[in-house]
Amino acid sequence: MRTTNVFARVSNVLIMDRRKFIKHSSLASSLFFVPSFVKAFSSYITAETGYKRLVILQLSGGNDGLNTIVPFRNDEYYRARPTLALKKEDVMALDNDLGMHKSLLPLKKLYDKGFVSIINNVGYPNPNRSHFRATDIWQTASSSNQYLQSGWIGRYVDQFGTAPYTALELDHSLSLALKGETQNGLAVQNAHTFYKMTQDPYLKNIASHQEEAHLSEHNLGYLYKTMIDAESSAKYIYETSKTVSTSVNYPNNSFSKQLKTTAQFINSGLKTRVYYGSLNGFDTHVHQENTHKRLLKAYAEGIHAFVKDLQSKDTFNDTLILTFSEFGRRVKQNSGHGTDHGSANALFVIGGNLKKPGIYNNLASLSDLDDNGDLKFEIDFRTIYATVLNKWLDVNHEAVLFKNYKQLDFI
Amino acid sequence: MEQKEMKHLYWRAGFGINPKELEFLSTKSREDIIDMLFYESQNTLPLKIDTHEFDTLTQEQFKKTDKIQREYIEKSRNKIKELNHAWVERVLNSHSVLQEKMTLFWSNHFACQNGMILYVQKFHNTIREHALGSFKELVKAISREPAMIEYLDLKQNRNDKPNENFARELMELFTLGVGNYTEEDIKEAAKAFTGYNHDFEGHFVFNENHHNTQFKYVFGKAGRYEGDDIIDIILEQEACAEFICKKLYRYFVNDALNKEHLKEMTQVFYPDYNIETVLRYMFAQDWFYNPKHIGNKIKSPIELIAGISNTIPLSFKDTKQLVAVERMLGQILFFPPNVAGWKGGKSWIDSNTLMLRLKLPSMLLTNATIANNKKGEFYDSFQTYTKEKVANNFFKTTSNWRVFNSNYQRVSTKDLAQYLLQCPINKGTLNYLETLRINNKQDYCVQLMSLPEYQMC
Repeated sequence: MRTTNVFARVSNVLIMDRRKFIKHSSLASSLFFVPSFVKAFSSYITAETGYKRLVILQLSGGNDGLNTIVPFRNDEYYRARPTLALKKEDVMALDNDLGMHKSLLPLKKLYDKGFVSIINNVGYPNPNRSHFRATDIWQTASSSNQYLQSGWIGRYVDQFGTAPYTALELDHSLSLALKGETQNGLAVQNAHTFYKMTQDPYLKNIASHQEEAHLSEHNLGYLYKTMIDAESSAKYIYETSKTVSTSVNYPNNSFSKQLKTTAQFINSGLKTRVYYGSLNGFDTHVHQENTHKRLLKAYAEGIHAFVKDLQSKDTFNDTLILTFSEFGRRVKQNSGHGTDHGSANALFVIGGNLKKPGIYNNLASLSDLDDNGDLKFEIDFRTIYATVLNKWLDVNHEAVLFKNYKQLDFI
Repeated sequence: MEQKEMKHLYWRAGFGINPKELEFLSTKSREDIIDMLFYESQNTLPLKIDTHEFDTLTQEQFKKTDKIQREYIEKSRNKIKELNHAWVERVLNSHSVLQEKMTLFWSNHFACQNGMILYVQKFHNTIREHALGSFKELVKAISREPAMIEYLDLKQNRNDKPNENFARELMELFTLGVGNYTEEDIKEAAKAFTGYNHDFEGHFVFNENHHNTQFKYVFGKAGRYEGDDIIDIILEQEACAEFICKKLYRYFVNDALNKEHLKEMTQVFYPDYNIETVLRYMFAQDWFYNPKHIGNKIKSPIELIAGISNTIPLSFKDTKQLVAVERMLGQILFFPPNVAGWKGGKSWIDSNTLMLRLKLPSMLLTNATIANNKKGEFYDSFQTYTKEKVANNFFKTTSNWRVFNSNYQRVSTKDLAQYLLQCPINKGTLNYLETLRINNKQDYCVQLMSLPEYQMC
């Protein structure tokens, strides 16, 4: 129905066949002799496993990495932040040098199980310190002097997507990250509301009278395509996801709602590869302490419930969670008990099959800073994208990132 | 002036035009009509709601106890919603359409949020006052607004510890755009804005004790500059005029820039920065009316609502409900997503916002039902044919169909599309419409407004 890239389609069919093949060959012989109710259960599990999903979470506003993963034995840190530095007793040690903000306790529990990798000093050359530009750079995977109109997940959908719901954003509107050159992901905050919106008979008739091949790429054609995609996807997402519910308690905030919906989608076996969510409010220029505490707590509690929910349906091992922020904050605190925009920052990778759980690399020097007084970057964020694309989503990253990047070995 | 061009001008400079007005203007020249547009917008009537509880509020009273403070903050939040409602009603009812269009433009250009009703209202009226005047005066006035001083941390910008937030956004988003300044320019400019502050009532205060009186080095110049000097120096850069004209072009003409036309506009705008002059120039050009621009822009949510109301006058009865609709459509007035404002164009559209947009006319006008009787199907004859003022059970609005019936009296039902839509109807949709039985002009009007084509202007 959609005018997708023919080659992308073919390759996906091949992938599906390979999966089916593995499933049948490895299980067929042993399943022959087990009672049917066990068989049904097993085949349910195998249908769900092996389908890898990526969950990307943005801490919007620029999270203060130094007060998240804290160099609590570093005098430079305490000198630069006379009132903002976390006291040693407010930090949970991870190793000899770094510890977590105490509000991250639920995340620490996952860390202790080996489910978390912390990658320090992630950034890019000539960092931009504007939220919008920096967010654009992260979302489009561009260089700081390059302006791309499409997002990296959007381009993944262009190249390897099989349906509009290949990538979903758990929000009422779509970020640039999910906007491709020819196709987009979908924004779905609530599956039922989304479905109800698409059920007007008049509008359904209009959608069914279009021939997609004849729709232009310009604004009006874009509206029609969006309308047609919305209708078919809403139906699929709603009908698939309504079959599961959760028994896990999530905190009551919008970030956790996004995660809860994501878990429901994942656990129902929705054929979505990438989920995108965000937690806002990290732009802590003034009176940072309490705001930051509250946000980290919301993040860690939400993630903890999310992982538990996925584990309850055995989908955690097939889910990889990336958490990034558009930039870190300046090492030195400002006069308003806050911090200004910085550059390199820590990034979290959460999953059940990490190659290098724990601290992936040491924190950059706090005395050898860049001209703005910010941490110097060590790991280009695009090498992380490249790693995830190749090693997790099983595609060639060059088709999405336009360039060959080194791959890391956290997965 | 041709009808087609008039419709285009009024959709871009305003929120649409009805057949009666078109007939009235039919003998006028382009120049006359442009004159009229500006004449009707010369009045900059401030937008004010009842704020008496805050007018007499002192800082001492406000900070007396945490409880009192929380109560005022809550009241203020509701007052801002009330002001939002008043703004929508103004857009829906004002004859100064260009004034309203430019107030929306600058409110998105100088995107700002604040929780204090007095500051929000003051900020808004500063924009109204300068919307068609001098850009230079506008930027200077904005830099003194308490809402902006708080939003971009000018309060924290002190001689001993500068905060660059305002200086950065001033250059990146308000005047020059990325690539036309250096990090060094930002640092130096920030020094010049040290000492900017305001009192509790919302008056600008310049605190000399916090001001950096030393030399500042910006754009190759040096001096003991203050904030206004920096704005003057920035506006001396032609890149600033070009940056603003780009934004105007995208807002009024087309998402895709035309370099030649942009250059012409920049030359008109620079160095005086008179907003009316550059808009007059733009509306007067033949290229403005090029068919490729007509019906090619995606309406913003407020343009969509205003357009519906321009055809069938609407009145919202419930502030909360109005704000909820704005939220779902992705444009809550006074709450831009961030300091870059709404991006506009395609970014208004995703699956959710689009489906709501298509349902919106029926939600506002006909209890959320869009007629879809097939030709030859039995038609419920009990349905009233000529609705007038219809009370909506679904939505707390009233819609005045009597005005529609009068304005569209001489338009036959089958010609309705050419008055309501700015772009041709897609073939598949036309085929479907052919199979429908047209009940009456009002139902057909709602059917047309529910098409993707109605999203375009």
